[in-house]
Amino acid sequence: ISSLVVVEHRNGALTGSTLSAIAAAARLGGPVSALVGGEGVGGVADSAARVEGVDKVLVADSPLLRHQQPEPYAELLASLAAAAAFTHVLAPGGTFGKNLLPRAAALAGAQPAADVVEIVDADTFVRPIYAGNALATVRFTAPGPRFLTARPTSFKPAAAARAGAPAAVEAAPAGALAAMAAAPAAAEWVAESGRDGGARPELGAAKVIIAGGRALKSKENFALLERLADLLGGAVAASRAAVDAGYVPNDLQVGQTGKVVAPELYVALGISGAIQHVAGIKDSKCIVAVNTDAEAPIFQLADYGLVQDLFTALPELEQEIAKLKKQG
Amino acid sequence: MKRALVAIKRVVDYNARVRVKADKSGVDLTNVKMSMNPFCEIALEEALRLREAKQVEEVVAVSVGPQQVQETLRTALAMGADRAIHVSTPAASDPATLQPLAVARALAAVARREEPGIVLLGKQAIDDDCNQTGQMLAGLLRWPQATFASSLAVDAAAGTATVEREVDGGSETLRLKLPGVVTADLRLNTPRYATLPNIMKAKKKPIESLSTEELGVDTTPALQTLQVVEPQKRKGGVMVGSVKELVERLHGEAGVI
Repeated sequence: ISSLVVVEHRNGALTGSTLSAIAAAARLGGPVSALVGGEGVGGVADSAARVEGVDKVLVADSPLLRHQQPEPYAELLASLAAAAAFTHVLAPGGTFGKNLLPRAAALAGAQPAADVVEIVDADTFVRPIYAGNALATVRFTAPGPRFLTARPTSFKPAAAARAGAPAAVEAAPAGALAAMAAAPAAAEWVAESGRDGGARPELGAAKVIIAGGRALKSKENFALLERLADLLGGAVAASRAAVDAGYVPNDLQVGQTGKVVAPELYVALGISGAIQHVAGIKDSKCIVAVNTDAEAPIFQLADYGLVQDLFTALPELEQEIAKLKKQG
Repeated sequence: MKRALVAIKRVVDYNARVRVKADKSGVDLTNVKMSMNPFCEIALEEALRLREAKQVEEVVAVSVGPQQVQETLRTALAMGADRAIHVSTPAASDPATLQPLAVARALAAVARREEPGIVLLGKQAIDDDCNQTGQMLAGLLRWPQATFASSLAVDAAAGTATVEREVDGGSETLRLKLPGVVTADLRLNTPRYATLPNIMKAKKKPIESLSTEELGVDTTPALQTLQVVEPQKRKGGVMVGSVKELVERLHGEAGVI
């Protein structure tokens, strides 16, 4: 067994989802290599070399990968997988991994397993289907590297700073780099926009998430959730309906086709609990629902349910929690 | 551009609650309502808008699967597609075992025949939730890809498509030199309903039949499904009477604050 994990990085740092993918790879047994692709990624490579469980870091530092575009990156990945005899190729679940890994798998003639939540053995994995209403155990039967994306909330992240010497860092083999250079032209990157990092934790890593639905009624009202989130050191999320209505940007969306989260505490305010939303929160340790509709499906899922208007509940929550903090 | 090719999938209706079969062999689809995958509807709608904006001359819908997918192709024709292609899978094969690699290979063969300026797909099917077919198709064709599109602007004269994509950190804008593959995300558009006159007109539109066998595509699943089970059920919850009680229990009982 020999695994290759594609490192996802933003602003010079490895994402939490990458640490989960590395942990998943380590579980397979066998050495773990981390692939760092991008431009000017020396620092990222050094960080990857310090992650617990990484045995080697391969670096592809090239202007072609400035925006980590899938067209050249997939050629690099497919070529590496074939040439270096990796048995497993993993990418973190998330928009980066999902965009890249299937393209690489197709080039390698392989059917990848998406969004793996459990490793049974080197060939056998569990993945959710039907919005997580069913779990399928799948086995790779064809020869060749097993390509898969790992759901971040299912694998406790590897430690970012291991005890002991960092792994060796070396350039990706020339053959793979040549394959990348020969790739057809990538889509041209034009721009990106996003929320500035901010002091709040990333949704995937947050221990507490305060989420709002369409009942919040406006962008301004979401600031009320931010206050509660800040009190608890948490992050803010939203249902699809709230994003569609323009109250919050898309990267706050939690659900079957948005982000999957598994915090210690998920508080759903004014969210009805449609199948598609629930798919993204089912693995949370504790789910709280506040809704004026006693019949809302979310109450069937919640550990604690409160039938109340969120606009009266929010200030009360802030008050009670502030009191608690004073006592503690 | 001559044409937009739209790949669509027939799946369980998004409102349907599915049950896992007692023998763990799969999900029970008996008498469950089937519909066009919601993301595929959005992809098709976008293609129709491209035709209305005169960026493409025709919209061709394609679907891979057993005889029943023709119902979904009829819906696509009723929504406004000009013609449809059904790539049938072997009669003995279970449609639940049809996987993205095989579908992508079939679609690549169709794309080479049809020479579209753009291929549109939904970003993921709500049954297998793979989110792979568009990316795999783009790889096989070695065309540029733009997945999770929340907006699409085609300049047919210049041969480019500008796509805004929803990504984890926010959004990213790409410009593709066509031909290329675009997968649709939720907010790309709101699909139209098929009107009654269009449903009637659709009956006369052609559905061409091809087969995976004649396209040389092997549909044997590379990933074998060993079992399908329901996830562990959460312990039942309780209703609380007040915020005060809620906070007390979250602190004292659940230990999460």
